Amino acid sequence: MTDDPRHIRPTSADTQESALATEEVVEAESAATDDSLYREGLRVEARSQWQLFRRKFFRHKAAMVALTLLIILFGSAIFAERVAPYSYDEPDLANSGVGPTLTDQHYFGTDKIGRDYFSRVLYGTRTSVRVAFIVALLSTTIGTAIGAIAGYYGGWIDNALMRFTDLFLTLPSLPVLIVAAALLGSGQPTRVAIILALLLWTSLARIVRGSFLSLREKEFVEAAKASGASDLRIIARHILPNALSPIIVNTTLIVGTAILIEAVLSFLGFGIQPPTPALGKLIDDGRNAMLTDWWLVTMPGITIVLICLCINFLGDGLRDALDPQQQG
Amino acid sequence: MTTFIIRRLLFSIPVLIAASMLIFFSISIAGDPLGELRTRPNVDEGTIDRIAERKHLDDPIVTQYGYWVRDAFTNNFGTTTLSNQPIWPDLKRAMWNTLQLIVAAEVIAIVIAVAVGILSARKQYSLFDYTATTLSFLGFSMPVFWLALILQVLAVNFLEATGTRIFYTAGLSSPGARAAGFFPFVLDRLQHLALPIITIAAISMATYSRYTRASMLEVINSDYVRTARAKGLEEKKVIRKHAFRNALIPLTTVITLNFGVAIGGAVVTETVFALNGMGAYYIRALAERDVYPVMAWLMIVAVLVVVFNLLADIIYGYLDPRIRYD
Repeated sequence: MTDDPRHIRPTSADTQESALATEEVVEAESAATDDSLYREGLRVEARSQWQLFRRKFFRHKAAMVALTLLIILFGSAIFAERVAPYSYDEPDLANSGVGPTLTDQHYFGTDKIGRDYFSRVLYGTRTSVRVAFIVALLSTTIGTAIGAIAGYYGGWIDNALMRFTDLFLTLPSLPVLIVAAALLGSGQPTRVAIILALLLWTSLARIVRGSFLSLREKEFVEAAKASGASDLRIIARHILPNALSPIIVNTTLIVGTAILIEAVLSFLGFGIQPPTPALGKLIDDGRNAMLTDWWLVTMPGITIVLICLCINFLGDGLRDALDPQQQG
Repeated sequence: MTTFIIRRLLFSIPVLIAASMLIFFSISIAGDPLGELRTRPNVDEGTIDRIAERKHLDDPIVTQYGYWVRDAFTNNFGTTTLSNQPIWPDLKRAMWNTLQLIVAAEVIAIVIAVAVGILSARKQYSLFDYTATTLSFLGFSMPVFWLALILQVLAVNFLEATGTRIFYTAGLSSPGARAAGFFPFVLDRLQHLALPIITIAAISMATYSRYTRASMLEVINSDYVRTARAKGLEEKKVIRKHAFRNALIPLTTVITLNFGVAIGGAVVTETVFALNGMGAYYIRALAERDVYPVMAWLMIVAVLVVVFNLLADIIYGYLDPRIRYD
């Protein structure tokens, strides 16, 4: 330090200049250290949350296999028009009741009136997947919103909302879904999806409420409050990102649950109605001929099992990667 | 303990009242109970009017609810809509059949799942553990009705291949089985129920074995098990006397709370195997859009769920002396 008054009372321009200078020096220094460390193989680098997650998730073999299979299955279902060799409702009486074969591209055989079963299963999967995605999106939104409000505000709001979700727990979900679909459903996929979503948000609401209850006491929430952030901003920008892991896992698993339940409803005749193809309905139609034409029941069933199995493994991988403490 | 049970019983009254309101109002609002009957050509106006009067359908909905509750208490849930048949005798018979099915399935599921779960936990990451995990994932991923259908196909193919009948694939008993004496009757019933029991057991087994494994792993790694080992106790005793008993405590809750899932499984399984149980009763009533038996069914299930929840708490307190209820 010199006695130069400029140094004792620096002007703003000076500060900037010196700051820049320091930065440069630090940069140069760190570059040098990095370089030397790098040569010795000792470079230390902090990983972001996202990198940590990616590292763990991509190493989870079962989840990776499941994800690949799901992309193939969902992809070919969504682009069924391009992938399917036939349309789903085109009868061909000359080729009825053919077993699975490679000739004429009847990979899953044909049904009683000669409709190509592979195409029917593909279109059926498309319906089921569409329903499942709507259910996942809607029920996650409802469950997160209700859980967040209950957990953040606490008090009587929390009490009222939780008693309300408790009420849904006194009745087993499958019979309730069946009665709702029977009395309100019209056989349209969207309508079935909305009914499922309106009844499947309760478990997520409880999970989200739990995370919000503990997170709202944290210092960073207090800091956000002190700096005048609105409730909505605190909920959406500060707490929600920290409560995201269980929500992501739950949303993944809900896709599987929705596919299973939609299949049951369609099988019992309360879900999706023909002519829209659905996997559960295909199995129901195939029942009458299942002793002779085994593929009619087996193929859509295996498709459901494969999708749900993949989703379960994917959910497992996500849970391991997102939250190492929680193991199920 | 007695005070706890009494308090819980009192607490379940408002829960059941709320459930009954939820059931009655949501089903009444969902649509006209006679809407489907009105479209039938063989049902005339006079019949519709008579039903509407009998069920007080022209009164305000709150009054209707009052009549419904009165009917439930004094008249065993009243009668069906069109045929005016009493609901309770049929439902009672169906409940008894479903009870046999569910109890047998649950007992089998618990015995196998506990054994598998404990072995999985003791040999974590072994081939057995991986196989058990994969199988239980398969159980979670399989539609119940599909499993039931596959079992039916297998049983029929077995019969055709060997000519001996082990399993029946439909109904509860063969005609005239009751006359053949007690043991032939029981055997016949078992042959009929075996496949539905396997179906429901398979689904429960997946859940139970995962829970047993998780809770056993937690216990095995706890301090008191390490202490038991450190004092030189043989492994068999450590597992049986120290680990096993404590690992079972959380499982009892899971099992009692699984009742709802089992009823859901019964709904589907009974439909596939044409069993005259609660599930088939429910589906039949819904297919006819007959809301009164449906509401009675839901209310009875709600009562059962509340009873099972209470049971879960009592068993938990009995098994874990650390829990105090006062």
